[in-house]
Amino acid sequence: MAARILELLQQRIAPAIREASLAHGVVVLVLSPVDLLGTVRRLKAEFGFDMFLDVTAVDWPAQSPRFEVVHHFYSTTHRVRVRLKTRVPAEDPTVDSLVSLYGSACFMERECHDMYGIVFRGNPDLRPILLYEGFVGHPLRKDYPKQQEQPLVPYRTPQAG
Amino acid sequence: MSPPFDAKPANPVRLAFEATPRDDSVIVNIGPSHPATHGTIQVIAELDGEKIRQVDVHCGYLHRGFEKECEAHTWHNLIPYVDRLNYCSGLINNFAYCEAVEKLMGVQITPRCRYLRTLLSEYSRIADHLTCIAASLMELGAMTAFLYLVMIRDYVYEHLADLTGARVTYTYGRIGGLARDLPKNWLTRLDEILVKYEDFVGRIHGLMDRNRIFIDRTRNVGVISAVDAVNWGFTGPVLRSTGVPRDLRKDTPYLAYDALDFEVPVGINGDNYDRYYVRMREMDESVYMIRQLMDMLPPGPINVDDRRCVLPEKHLVYSEIESLINHFKLIMDGPQVPAGDVYSAQEAPNGELGFYLVSAGDGTPHKVHVRSPSFVHMGGLKRLLEGYQLADIIPTFGSINMIGGECDR
Repeated sequence: MAARILELLQQRIAPAIREASLAHGVVVLVLSPVDLLGTVRRLKAEFGFDMFLDVTAVDWPAQSPRFEVVHHFYSTTHRVRVRLKTRVPAEDPTVDSLVSLYGSACFMERECHDMYGIVFRGNPDLRPILLYEGFVGHPLRKDYPKQQEQPLVPYRTPQAG
Repeated sequence: MSPPFDAKPANPVRLAFEATPRDDSVIVNIGPSHPATHGTIQVIAELDGEKIRQVDVHCGYLHRGFEKECEAHTWHNLIPYVDRLNYCSGLINNFAYCEAVEKLMGVQITPRCRYLRTLLSEYSRIADHLTCIAASLMELGAMTAFLYLVMIRDYVYEHLADLTGARVTYTYGRIGGLARDLPKNWLTRLDEILVKYEDFVGRIHGLMDRNRIFIDRTRNVGVISAVDAVNWGFTGPVLRSTGVPRDLRKDTPYLAYDALDFEVPVGINGDNYDRYYVRMREMDESVYMIRQLMDMLPPGPINVDDRRCVLPEKHLVYSEIESLINHFKLIMDGPQVPAGDVYSAQEAPNGELGFYLVSAGDGTPHKVHVRSPSFVHMGGLKRLLEGYQLADIIPTFGSINMIGGECDR
């Protein structure tokens, strides 16, 4: 089924796709950020990808553009997963938000924003979700040190005497 | 880099709505540490009398940098961490993670391992559902039901401790196999526990199913339609309670599920009562599956014969240099996983548990991302709470079975 979906996708939305392949049973499409929202809208309307599973990013500090934003979708009718990959640069890590299409996008985009600083254009609520208000930096970026501490209240130091 | 300390620490949470939005409404803060919720979560509710106008759900109080920590350890070393995601069913986390790494490495596990993992997954599912139902019934005042269910759960935990050495955090899965084979007479005891399970779960049905108080608190409370549930990314029993028969074990069979005969129970209304009942029926299906698996369990080795991931036997490590080096390299450098990425999902008790792994081709992962069902469910929780009573937060939240370890990672 996944191979059939891949074939159909290549026929119908070919111009938007930079690369298309099948990896471990998942259809993988590589897109440019401008094509993301339009492609997802068509995936949902025409190919039955009605469930937005997950969004995350991968940090490749040595590569340019630096961040790879990875979306996963599932079709409850075809039982197929599709993965969309887009690349965004570190200076302007912005992709379009999917909150207009999927309710689940809100929390997942908030998490990705917390962890990688990816900005989801159109998501009205990018408050911290796993982190807290006032946290500095994005912990899952490779240049954020693992041992970095940001206490909300100062540590107590033992009183002399 | 850290922010300067003010005289008064800033509020770690920013409200989604104004402090006093309307004259006749009150803002009530519930949590993050509340005796009636089993999970560290904060619900800020705007109330009109007892009715909830809108809520703002905050999670993250159990965030411990799981994904960051994973990037600093070898693929093997992560197995104890994934136990602690959903600590009610650590085995399923183990197996889901191992399966993802095995896909990336192109490892085919042995038939015995496949069947054993399936059996233990179903056994874990029973323990997880028992915990969820017991806790949510107790929050509604059903102490007897709680004690019955937790008693069975403890039989299961002790039985699993006999196999793995731990009650909750098992660390039993291995990349390419399992830690050890079943001890003697383990299956006999399993059979005894299943008989006890049927006795006690029968009593729960008798106590709860037609109980007026229980029905009043759960029927038509926290209702969600099938379309909404899919839109909000709900999976597992929460989605199935709305009538969508989506179950990864049936839809995209993994492990040995395609060889098993079982049903996918679904609800009608998508309310708290249906979520309770779907879980009860799923446990019965799990028992049915375990009974089939006990007869089907093939003999043979539990680990694949692949030196890239499976540790050599101890007596060989002590007697020949190749195995010693192999052992050393696997422990110090970790299994060398080919570069690439994989998304692999299993049907965990709460829904789709997915691991998105990225390897740069060495012994430590470049990235480990967990698609945790609890986190996604928290995103849609406000849909289940708004419009109902303040007191309904407790049963609705209980029926979602949010697990902090998995939600906040």
